[in-house]
Amino acid sequence: MTSLLDVRDLHVTYRTGDGRVPAVRGVDLALDPGDTLGVAGESGSGKSTAALALLRLLPDTADVTGQVLLEGEDVLGMRWGRLRAVRWAGASVVFQGAMHSLNPVRRIGDQIAEPMAVHGTVPARRAPERVAALLEQVGLPSSRARDYPHQLSGGQRQRVMIAMALACEPRLVVADEATTALDVMIQAQILALLRRLVAEHGIGMLMISHDLSVLAATCDRVAVMYAGRIVERGPAREVVHEPAHPYAGALSAAFPRIGDPASRLAPRGLPGDPPDPADPPPGCVFRPRCPVAEAVCATVDPPLWPVVPAGSDHQAACVHVGPARPLTTRGEGAAPPALAPVEEEGP
Amino acid sequence: MSAPAGLSRPSAPRALARVRRREAVRRFAREYARNRAGVAGLAALLAIGALALAAPLLVDQNELTVTGAPGAAYQPPGAEYPLGTDNFGRSILDLVVWGSRVSLTVGFLATGVSVVLGTLVGMTAGHFGASGGSAGRFVSSALMRVTDWFLVLPTLVLAVALAAVLPRGTGTIVLAIGLTVWPATARLVRAQTLAVEARPYVERARALGGGHAHVMVWHVLPNVMPVVLAQTTLLVATSIIAESTLAFLGVGDPTTVSWGGVLEAARNAGAISSGIWWYMVPPGLAVAVVALSFTLCGRALESVINPRLREQR
Amino acid sequence: MTSTAARPTAAGRARSVARYAAGRLATAAASLAAVVVAGFFLFRILPGDPVRAMTEGREVTAEQREELRRQFGLDRPLWQQFLDYVTGLLRMDLGTSFQYREPVADLILERIGPTVLLAGTGTLLAALLGLFLGARAGWRPGGPGDRVNTAVALFFWSVPTFWLGLLLIVLLASGRGFMPGLFPTGGMTAPGTTGPVSTVLDTAWHMVLPVTTMVAVIYAQYLMIMRSSLMDEKGADYLTTARAKGLRDALVRRRHAVPNALLPTVTLLFLNLGQVVSGVILVETVFSWPGLGQLFYSGLRVPDLGLVQGLFVVFAASVILMNLLADLVYPLLDPRVRP
Repeated sequence: MTSLLDVRDLHVTYRTGDGRVPAVRGVDLALDPGDTLGVAGESGSGKSTAALALLRLLPDTADVTGQVLLEGEDVLGMRWGRLRAVRWAGASVVFQGAMHSLNPVRRIGDQIAEPMAVHGTVPARRAPERVAALLEQVGLPSSRARDYPHQLSGGQRQRVMIAMALACEPRLVVADEATTALDVMIQAQILALLRRLVAEHGIGMLMISHDLSVLAATCDRVAVMYAGRIVERGPAREVVHEPAHPYAGALSAAFPRIGDPASRLAPRGLPGDPPDPADPPPGCVFRPRCPVAEAVCATVDPPLWPVVPAGSDHQAACVHVGPARPLTTRGEGAAPPALAPVEEEGP
Repeated sequence: MSAPAGLSRPSAPRALARVRRREAVRRFAREYARNRAGVAGLAALLAIGALALAAPLLVDQNELTVTGAPGAAYQPPGAEYPLGTDNFGRSILDLVVWGSRVSLTVGFLATGVSVVLGTLVGMTAGHFGASGGSAGRFVSSALMRVTDWFLVLPTLVLAVALAAVLPRGTGTIVLAIGLTVWPATARLVRAQTLAVEARPYVERARALGGGHAHVMVWHVLPNVMPVVLAQTTLLVATSIIAESTLAFLGVGDPTTVSWGGVLEAARNAGAISSGIWWYMVPPGLAVAVVALSFTLCGRALESVINPRLREQR
Repeated sequence: MTSTAARPTAAGRARSVARYAAGRLATAAASLAAVVVAGFFLFRILPGDPVRAMTEGREVTAEQREELRRQFGLDRPLWQQFLDYVTGLLRMDLGTSFQYREPVADLILERIGPTVLLAGTGTLLAALLGLFLGARAGWRPGGPGDRVNTAVALFFWSVPTFWLGLLLIVLLASGRGFMPGLFPTGGMTAPGTTGPVSTVLDTAWHMVLPVTTMVAVIYAQYLMIMRSSLMDEKGADYLTTARAKGLRDALVRRRHAVPNALLPTVTLLFLNLGQVVSGVILVETVFSWPGLGQLFYSGLRVPDLGLVQGLFVVFAASVILMNLLADLVYPLLDPRVRP
C-alpha cells in the first residue's frame, strides 16, 4: 500500500545575497491515510519551510530537491497545471490564520468557496450551502459567511481556516502552527476540533508546531527537527515522555503548559542559540548547546538510529543512542538525567 | 580602537571619525555605482552642468537678442545652424544652451527654498509632536494641517497665481515654485524625525538635559539629511518642469532666455500650427532630459539610502 | 477579548459613521475657508496694488487707474473689501471679469462642462492604464516588463505636459512635414457642425489629442503608486493561502493582491487631483479647448486678476471637495475601516 505522503531526502536551500543558506537538510517523512504526524522544533528549525515545500509554496529564491510523493505522485516534478490541481484538492493547508492568512477585504464565505470553484468540486449554485455546512462543522454559525476576517476573533478565524482547508475534501491537511497565537482555552478547542475532523473524514494530517505538548495531545507520531534535520522520531508518547535525543528532551521539558509564547524562541533550560544555517558546526550540529556532548560529537554527525528497546520505530540521531555509543556513557538510559522529563510538570 | 590609545593621542578619535567617514563615502559611491540608471543620470547632469557653466564662452549673448539675430527666420537645421533658427533668425542651439542656465538656476534655488521650508516645518512638527507636551502637540498638528492643505491644493494654480501677482522676475519664479512644492518634503521629514526621536540615544540626550535645539540640530538633523537629499534631487526635476511651465504660460521672467520661454515664443509665433518642429522640439527635449536625469539620480540615491526600497532581483 | 471584537451594535455603528463623516466635513470646511481667505489676500495684499499689476507695461492714465480702482472697490478699507468678497461668495458671486466685462461666475458656468468632460475622460483613462500597468510591474519588480514600464512612465513623467501637446500637434495635426494632419489642432468642435450625432463624433475627434496628452502625463504617477503598493502586498500571507488553494498566478494577483493594493492607491489618487487640474489647464491652453483652463490662461495673459482669483477659488475648492468625496467613499471600499 502506498502511503498518503512520503517525503524522501528533502533539501531546501535559499539563495541569498550572501550565498546559499540551507534550511532543510535531508528530511524523510511518511504518513498513512487517517494518521497524524507531528513535526516539532524551534523557530528556524526548518519545519515550516519543509511544510511549505510540500506544495511548492516557497518563494523563487528557494531550491527544493528530493522527493515529495503525494499518493505516489512526485509533487516536485509536477507540471504547473497538475500542481495547481493537487493544491487544496489533494492537500490543503491550515495556516497560522489568526492574523494574516485570510484576505482582509473579501468575505470569508467567498474565500471558503473559492477553492471549490477553482477545482470545480462543487457547482457554483450549491456553494453557499456547502460553505454553510463547513462553517457549522467547525462550530461557527453559517451567517458568518458574510463577515470579513476582521469581524472575527482569532479563534474564529482559525476555525474559518480549517473550514476552508476542508472545502475540497483533501486527503492530506497540513496544519502549520495552526494554534500558535491563540490563548490556551481556544487552543484546546481548536485541537479538539482538528482531532474530531481528522477522525470523521479519515484525513491524514501533518501538524507543525513549536509546542511539543500540542503535538503530544494530537498526533500519533512525532518528529523533532533541529537545524533543518530530523533528530528524533517515533510514537508521540515515547518521544515526549522518554526522549532519546537531548534536544527533544529539552523541548519536552520546556513546556510547563500549552502555549507559553516566551518558550517559542528558546526552549527553557537550553542555553545558546540555534546554529547559523549558513555555517553549521562540524559533527553533530547540536553539540554547541548539548549538555552531554563528548569529544566524539565534534567529528561524528550521527544518522537516525533505532532507540533501545529495539523493535519499536523510535529513532534518534545521537551518538548516545546508536551503535557508536561511546563506552563512557554513564548510567543505563539514553537520555541524560539532567534532561529527563519532569513528570509533575506534564500536561 | 582601544581606550588607552585614544587617551594617549587626543587627535585619534577625530582621525578615526575621518577615516570612518571616508569609508562611508566610499561605500556609498560603490552602492550608487551599482545603479546603472543613476550613473547615466549623473553623467548627463554633469555634462549639462558643464555646458551651462561654459555657455558664455560658447554663445555670443548679442546674437540672442532679437536685433542681433545672425540668421534668416525659420531656417531648418543645417550646417550653419545645427538646430535651425527661430522667427527672428536666432540660432535655436544657442537659445537652448543659454536656456540651461536659467532652468538649472531656478531649479536649484526653488528646490533650496522648498527644502529649507519643508525641513523646518517637518522637523518642528515631528519634534514637538514627539516630545513637546500638549502645547507642542498643538503646534505640531497645526503645522501638519497647513502642510496637508498645501499638499492638496493644485500646485500649478497656486504657483501661477503667485507669479502673476508678484513683480516679474527670476526671484518671483523661484519663490512661486519654492512655496508650492515644499509640503511633500515636510511630510517626509516629519516621518523621519518621528522615527529618529524614538531611538534610544535621542532619549538619552534628552535625559542628559539636551534642549529642543540641541536634540534637533545634533541628533535629528544629521539623520534626516540623507532622506532629504534624495527627495531634493527629485524636487529639482519637479522645479525645472514647473519653471518651464510658468514661462510657457507667460508669467516667467521676460528678460531672460529659458526653455519654457522659447516654447512660449514658438507658440506665439505660430510655429506649432505651421509645423516648424525644430523650433519646439529641442527646448522641450532639454527639459525632459534634465528632469529625467534628476529623477534617475534621485531614485538611485533613494535606493542606496533606504535599502528597504531596493528592489529584489 | 475573543468575541467582543466582532459585531458592534447597530447604534454604535451609526454613531461612529456619523462621527467619522462629521470630522471629515469639518476638515473640508476649514480647508475651504482657508482657500477663501487665501484667495482674497493672495490677490489684494501681496502685490500691494492689483491695478498696477494689471496695467503693468500699458499706457494708462492716472484717471483710468483711479477708475479701475473704484470699479474693483479697491478704494475702500480692506476689511470692507473682504466682507464684500465673502458675502459675494456666499451668493455665488465671484466678482467681475475685467477682460470680458461679465460676472466671473457666469463665465465659469459656461465653460465648466468641457473641462469636466476633458479632465474626467483623461483621468479615468489614465487611472485605468496606470493601475493596470502598475499592478503588472509591481507583481514582478525588476523583471523585464517592470523595467520597460517604469522607464516609459518616468520618461512621460519628466516631459512637460504642454510640450507633449505641442509635439502631438506638430506631428499629427499641423499637416506639415511627412505626416498628414490627422487630427484637429484645437477647439472642441469644427465650426458648422450640426445635429447631435455629428456633434458627439466631432467632439470625440477633437478630444483624441488632448486626452492622449493628459493620459500620457498623468498615468505615470498612478503606475508608480500602484506598483509600490502592490510590492508592499507581495509578501502577504493571504497570498500564500491563495496560491495553496491552487489559483493561477494571474488570479492570485487579480483577486487577492490587487484589491488590497488598491486601497492605499485610491487615497493617493485623490491626493494627486491637484496634478489633474494642472494638467487640464495646460492641455486646454495648448489645444484651445474652450474650458476653465483656457479661461485661466486668458485671464493670465491680460492679466485679469478678478478672473484668475475666481478660478483659483473654484479650482482649489473642487479639489478639496473631491478629497472629501474620497474620504467619504473610502469606508465603502475597505471593510476594515467600514464603521
